This record gives sequence, C-alpha cells and structure tokens, in this order.
Amino acid sequence: MIPEIGNFALMVATAVAVVLGTLPIIGAARGNVRWMELARPAARVLFLLVVVASSCLVASFLHDDFSDVYVANNSTHALPLPYKLAAFWGGHEGSMLLWLQILSFWIFAVSIFSAHLPREMVARILGVMGLVALGFLLFIILTSDPFDRLLPAAAEGNDLNPLLQDPGMVVHPPMLYMGYVGFSVAFAFAIAALLGGNLDATWARWSRPWTTVAWTFLTIGICMGGAWAYYTLGWGGWWFWDPVENASFMPWLAGTALMHSLAVTEKRGGFKVWTVLLAIFAFSLSLLGTFLVRSGVLTSVHAFASDPRRGVFILLFLATVIGGSLALFAWRAPKVGLGERFEMISRESMLLTNNVLFLAAAACVLLGTLYPLILDALGLGKISVGPPYFDTVFVPLMAPALFLMGLGPLARWRKANLPEIAARLKWAFAVSVICAVVVPLVEGRWSPLVALGILLAAWIFGTSVVNLWSRVRPGAGGELRAKLAALPRGYVGMLVAHVGVAVFVVGVTLVKGYEVEKDVRMDVGDTVAVGPYTAKFDGTTEGEGPNYAYLRGQFEILKGEHLVRTMHPEKHQFNARNEPMTDAAIAPGITGDLYISLGEAVSQTAWVVRVYYKPFIDWIWCGCLLMAAGGVLALSDRRYRLAQRRATSSDVTEAGAASGA
Amino acid sequence: MDEPMRGARLHGLRACRAARIFAAFALILAALTFGAVAPVSAREAPEVGEDPAAERHMMQLAAELRCLQCQNQTLADSNAPLAVDLRQQIRELLAKGESDEQVKQYLVARYGDFVLYRPPLKSNTLLLWFGPAVVLLVGLGALYLTLKRRLARLDSAQSNPQVADAESARAQHLLEKEVEEGGLS
Amino acid sequence: MSPLFKSLRFLLPLFIFFAIAGFLLKGLWLDPREIPSPLIDKPAPEFRLQSLEDPARQIDRKDMLGKVWLLNAWASWCVACREEHPVLVEFARSSAIPIVGLNYKDTRVDGMRWLAQFGNPYVTSLFDEAGRVGIDFGVYAVPETFLIDKQGVVRFKQIGPVTPELLHEKILPLIQRLNA
Repeated sequence: MIPEIGNFALMVATAVAVVLGTLPIIGAARGNVRWMELARPAARVLFLLVVVASSCLVASFLHDDFSDVYVANNSTHALPLPYKLAAFWGGHEGSMLLWLQILSFWIFAVSIFSAHLPREMVARILGVMGLVALGFLLFIILTSDPFDRLLPAAAEGNDLNPLLQDPGMVVHPPMLYMGYVGFSVAFAFAIAALLGGNLDATWARWSRPWTTVAWTFLTIGICMGGAWAYYTLGWGGWWFWDPVENASFMPWLAGTALMHSLAVTEKRGGFKVWTVLLAIFAFSLSLLGTFLVRSGVLTSVHAFASDPRRGVFILLFLATVIGGSLALFAWRAPKVGLGERFEMISRESMLLTNNVLFLAAAACVLLGTLYPLILDALGLGKISVGPPYFDTVFVPLMAPALFLMGLGPLARWRKANLPEIAARLKWAFAVSVICAVVVPLVEGRWSPLVALGILLAAWIFGTSVVNLWSRVRPGAGGELRAKLAALPRGYVGMLVAHVGVAVFVVGVTLVKGYEVEKDVRMDVGDTVAVGPYTAKFDGTTEGEGPNYAYLRGQFEILKGEHLVRTMHPEKHQFNARNEPMTDAAIAPGITGDLYISLGEAVSQTAWVVRVYYKPFIDWIWCGCLLMAAGGVLALSDRRYRLAQRRATSSDVTEAGAASGA
Repeated sequence: MDEPMRGARLHGLRACRAARIFAAFALILAALTFGAVAPVSAREAPEVGEDPAAERHMMQLAAELRCLQCQNQTLADSNAPLAVDLRQQIRELLAKGESDEQVKQYLVARYGDFVLYRPPLKSNTLLLWFGPAVVLLVGLGALYLTLKRRLARLDSAQSNPQVADAESARAQHLLEKEVEEGGLS
Repeated sequence: MSPLFKSLRFLLPLFIFFAIAGFLLKGLWLDPREIPSPLIDKPAPEFRLQSLEDPARQIDRKDMLGKVWLLNAWASWCVACREEHPVLVEFARSSAIPIVGLNYKDTRVDGMRWLAQFGNPYVTSLFDEAGRVGIDFGVYAVPETFLIDKQGVVRFKQIGPVTPELLHEKILPLIQRLNA
C-alpha cells in the first residue's frame, strides 16, 4: 500500500511540476499576474508531494517491506536503524529520489525567502527549477522507480553494501546533494535574469547568498567524502581523482569561481555575462556529474549499476537543460551592458584572474576524467588517467590562485596600488619563505613540493593576518575589541575561508610529503615503529555485531616506554554478503594520525598488519570545515538580514526599533 | 617628523608586529613537529616480504598501475587475484634487476596503456598533457584582451554619455550603501 | 572585432557542450572496462606448458606453427565459461580448426572434472596453474579467446563468451582469409 501511495504522490508531483514549469514563465513573459502568482503555491505543493513520496520510502524501509524491490535490494531485517534510513540513498533509484527531494526543498526555500524579489523574477526562478524537477520526476517514474514491487516479496533482503554501513553514509550524500543540487538556485536566478533581460548588480546581490549556502554544503559534502574514505575504507587514502569524486569537485571549482565573480558583479556591476555563464556552468557540471555516475560511461568504485537506457534519458535531459541554457545565453548575453570601470590591475581584475584559474582547473579535471572516453570513442586506444596525472597537472594550476589569494583582499577596487601592497606584504612574504625552508627540514627531509605548499599556506595565513591587522589595529576610530566587533561578517567569513584553504594546504602537503606506511608480519608480542610511536600487537578476540561477526585486533601504542592508548582494528564478516570488510583503527591527533588495519591471517596467531603514520592529515578536514565556516559567516552578514527586513516590512523604522539594530 | 616619514615608520611598526605574530605561529608549528620525537623500537616486527626495501619499491610502482579486474583501484591496493599475481610478477622482475621503465613496458606489452595510471606521452595524449596549460594561457590571454577592450569601450562611452542608465545608477546606489556599511569584502 | 565573431563567441560554450554530449552518447555503447589486446598482429608469446590431461606431455608455441588455431582461456570456477562452452563444443565437432584450451589458474582435478561434465572441444588444454602464460597473453577475465594464424601471429581476441553470432560474423570469415 505504502509504495503505491509513494508512486501516486510522484505522479501528482509530475503534474504539478508541469504547471510550475510552464505557466509562471509564460505568465512572466506576458504579464499575466494570475499565472505568475501560481509559482509559489505550486512550488510548495510540489515540495509536500515529494515529502510524501520520500516518507513512503522511509516507511517501507522501517517496516522491512521486502515486497518493494529497492528495499529488498538494500536492506535486511537486522540492519541497524540509522542505516535503514541511509539505505534510502544507498542505491540508484533511492538516490534519484533524494536528488528530487533536495531539489524540491530548495524550490520550497526559494518560495519562502523571495518576498523581496519582483514577481516576474520569482515566477521565472521557480518555473525554471520546476522544469528541472519535472525532468527528474519523469526520469524516476519512467526508468528508476524505487517503488517497484517484487512479487512474491522476498523473505530477507540483500543488505546494504557493508562499505556503506557507516555513519558517513548517513551524512555524506545528503550534504553533497544539498550542495550541488543547491547550485540549481543560482542557475535558476541566471536563467531568470537572461529571460527577463534584467542582469544587474541587484540580481547578483540576490543570487549571492543562495550560491554561498550551496557552496558551503558542497564543501562539507566533499570533505566528508574524503574523511569517510580515509576513516572507513582502510586504504589510508582520501582522494583518488575517481570520476565520481571529480564529478563533485568540478561543480565546487566552478561554484568557487561563481562566488567570487558574484562579488565583482554585486559591487561593481561588472562582468555580469561572465557570472551568468559561471552559474550555468556550475549547475551543468552538477548535472553532468549525475550522468557520469549512473550511465556506465566511466568506471568508478562509486558508480551505481549502469544501464544505457537510463544514460540516454539523462543525456537527453542534459542536452535540454544545458543546451537550452547555453543557447539562451548565446542569444541574450551579447545585449548586456558593461558595468563600472576598473583598471587592468585592480581587485576586480584579480578576482577575474582567480575565475580563469578556477575554471581552467575545472576544465582540466573534466579533460582528465573524460579523456579515456574521448580516445575510446574516436578509436584511438584505451588509456587510464589516474592520480599521477591529476596530481601533476592540478598543482601548477592552483598555485597561482593560492598566491593571488594573498594579494586580492588587499587590492583596492577600481585601481590597485601594487607597490603599496608589496610594501605591506613584504614581511609576510619573508616569513613564508622562512617557513618554506624550515618546516620541511624540521619534518626530516627537505623537498621542493613540500616547500611550495608551506610557502603558499604561510603566505595566505600571513597576508590574512596583515589584512585583519590593518582593520583592527587600535588607533583612530576605536579600540581593538570595538573594531573586531564592528567587522562585517562577510569580511570575517572571507578571512576564515581563506585561512581554511591555508590549513587545508598544510595538511595535504605534509601528509603527502611525510606519511609513513609499513606492511609487517606481526605475531603476538611483536612491535613495529611507526612515526613517533611503537605499536605492539596483543592478539585478536572474536565477537558478534548486529548483522556481522567480527575479529578484533588488540594493539598497544607506546611512546618510548609509556602507554599512550590502545587501538582495535577489526575485520567484519557480514551475514548476508560474502566479502569480509576491514575496519581500520585510527587514532587522530593534531600533529598526525596513527592508522592500523588488519590484512590477512598468516597463521593461528600472526597477521599481516598495515600501519600508517599520517602527519597533519586532520588539518585537511579542519581546513575544509573552516572554509565552510567562512561561508556560514558570510551568510550571516547584516546586509542580508537588512534586505529581508526591508522587503517584508513597509515600516522599516519600526522594525529597526523593535530589533534594536 | 613629517607625514610621509611618520607614515613609513608606522607602516614599519605595523609590519613588524604582523611579522612577530606570524613568527610566533611558525615557532609553534615547529615546536609541535619537534614534539614528534624519534621512535623507540623493542622487538621489531619484520616487514612483509623477503626484502622490505624491494617490497616498498614494488608497492611504489604498483601504486601507479591499474588493477584490471577492479572498478578503479591501483595494483597496490587491490586484492583481486590478478593483482596479487601481477604484484608477484613485478617483485620477480625487480629482483632480476629490471628498471621501473622496463617493468612498465612488460605490463604495457601485455595489457596496453590502460594499465598505466600515468598516461604515457604519445601522439594521442598530447592534448591531455598540454591541454591544461593551453587552456590556462588562452584563458588568461582572453581575460587580458577582454579587459583592455572593455576599458577602451568604457572610455569611448564616456565621451558619449548614455541617457538614464538605470541599472548602472542602481548599482552605484547599492555600492554606496555597501561602503557605508563598512564592507570592503 | 567583427560582429560575426562577437556573436560566435557566445556560442562557443554551446558548441563545446555539444561536442562533449556527442562523446558521452557514443560512450553509452562502449564498455570502459574492456581492454583491447596489444597483441593483435603481433607474434603470440612464447609458452611451454604441460598438457592438462597428460603431465608428461609438453606443448609449446612451435608445435602450433603452420596451422590456424584458436586458444581459449577457461577455468572450472568461471561461470561465463559454461555459457560459451556448448558453442565451442559444437564448433569443434563441425570444423577442422583446432581449439587449444588454456586452463587458467585451476587444479588438474577440477579442470578434468569440468571437461568431463561439460564436454571437451579442445585438442588439448594447457595447464597454466600459476597463470603466467595467461599474463603473457594479457588474460584478465576468462573466458577469452585468441585466433592465431599459421605464422603464430595473433589476429583476433575475444573478451567474454564466444557466441554463435560472433563465430559466424567475425571468426569464421577471418579463418577463411587466413587459410587462403
């Protein structure tokens, strides 16, 4: 019964999406107020209907309804509750429903937080998002329905893939989807502006918070993906330039460029065309990623089961959305006017150079990801493009961007004074060079790549300090504390995010430069030196989990003679599946992680054990979280709250007095 | 002391303070890493394999090679039967004194370029290896030209003033608001 | 800047997208994990293995020169091999082309039992317990079948089960050309 309700809800939602995707847009073109006014209610009804459908799927999982094919393929009776919920997006059909759910959530959010926008704009934005939702609804109903029945019902399900039975699975996909589905809002704003012909600084101001929040979610989502791979998968790595990872990274790169471009358009009214194109690119890359992951066109450890039929559908959808928006761009963009004037060397031009660098980086990732396919399609051979390529090519592209990060915030709008900037930053540069020389030596071995990474990270940190200090230095205008409190959140957000990048770079540089890995044969009582510690093996114990049997290894970690902690890597044998899973033990620390995983048993008591010491690896996740924190700070900037107040209240002074602003 | 001198002196003081804060940070960083002292070993477990150094060499090589029976994994990480066999084969080749390049050629002769995660530089990968640099140069060049042209257009537009550029006026208004609210960001 | 170029500039992203979409469309019918053999039109690798049936008997590359023959990699643990086996048995009955099996990473007992159960189309099977000859031939996923000509040059490789269609459309015509 419940799956049928879910199916029905999806069908009604499709009808609503047709209405939402057509009438408001036509209404905006014709000035038909009634049709434009349909947008908000239709958006909210659409959201509610998708919630109903999602709830039906959740209910089916919670009730172990194995008469539903999707539930039977991804769950068992014994699956722990959080993973029954996470199994919602454990397979292709459910993850498409998650896409739709999050898209309709964004549509709902826009319908709520758009009171200050002109009616035509709201109608167009919601209409465009409705069209995208329509595409997904059709795709789900026609090719990927999670509510298909299995008759007779299975007695027991196939279980969720053991690799996915991890807390990371509960959080990572939703965060990721909130991010790259969230770029649909910026996309819709861009299309609405192109349709209405009103591409201006106010459009940029409206788009910016939506873009920032999507970017923040995507940053967290990607960070979680890396952290999850590291903590769970047992191979010590966190990024493989796998096509699916790249599929999430490309929108992030385009989204970062978009955020910075919106700043120029908002402040200076310039480069609107460029910004609109970036908004289209960011979402297009999200859609492209969705295609790549599900079509079977590329091999990936993350890919869902492939089906050319689904691939054709998504490709048609892509062609419509991306092709349509780029065609609209080609038609409308040439008519857009220029903004304010700025010199060749100015904050504007630096931000734009940053855009070129990030877009080039995204293009480079796209090239590497698609290249094997391109060669194969042209009959020119079969090659693999893996981490060695990406690592080689990506760093030289990003290094200039990281260097610019130091100069940009200090440059003036309109015309930057390079000699002044150089004078202000010379100490920061000197200290960066010193760090670049000293830190690798301290770690034990000097290497030019490590030095470069440390140089850039120290540079970003140092220039941020100089920047901050120039604003809060006590003197004319107030004391330190007062000045700190008066800093606009947007500015603080920028600093925090940039520092986050620096922290991230430190983590990546040091872990890649100095990680230690050993494969050793350990019997009970044996020890192995790893990094600054010694690990002693004390044998294994056995036990039972909720849906698996486990073997748990006991390790004592010593520093010198003194016991620091114990670690327990495990091997899980799942009841419903044949492959055992390795659960590595990780001891995190500010200066480095200790990582132990059990390999194979080589005798009754002895095991092959893999131990790693990963210096500063947690700085990678911290850096990403700082970037996200910067995004959140920027969102909480006063001017966004002011804009809301201005829009919702005709009596601004009253509202101002009431809130004590 | 006249203005420029005082300005310069203040500026120097400012920079000094910043440098001091920053040096402190560098020191803390160094102290943390120094805290990671050299290890002590009791009864050291043997590294897997006859010759640990050779084993590590093999794994380094295997990390750049592709497992052919897997979705997307290196020969070093995979437990697929063929990966185990190929790792053993590489061990033997290295023991015989073959170089990294020769080992790669051995595998390429049997499985093609697909087995290399670092695509070889050949006529069909020129675009791959040089593409990013080309894109970057073209992008920066295009940016430069566009900015120059834009300045020229704006300059000629100024000599023919536009009537009622409403959007530009609105942007200006917002910009002034921005400056008021103290946002340089 | 000419007006034409100006408007074309804006179409560039669209053109690039269509190019990418074209490749993606083509890619839907390609298999990203199928590895074409670098041995095509190159001499088959040297090998010398015991026969599966008779450990005392050794077969090497030279023994097969002078005739067109098929080398079929199989194993008792390989599920897809069962799919193609009847096709090979039928082919062996009706054709003069010898099929030599390559028993890949198997045990003699299991291999012999499998042949007894499903039929033996092979003039003999090479017993490649360690899989080394398999590696030399670039085997990565049994079943795989090679067509080798009179000079010992590999002319065709099939990855995956041999189907009757494949036999008729690709292998038989090629055999005819090679025998001519």
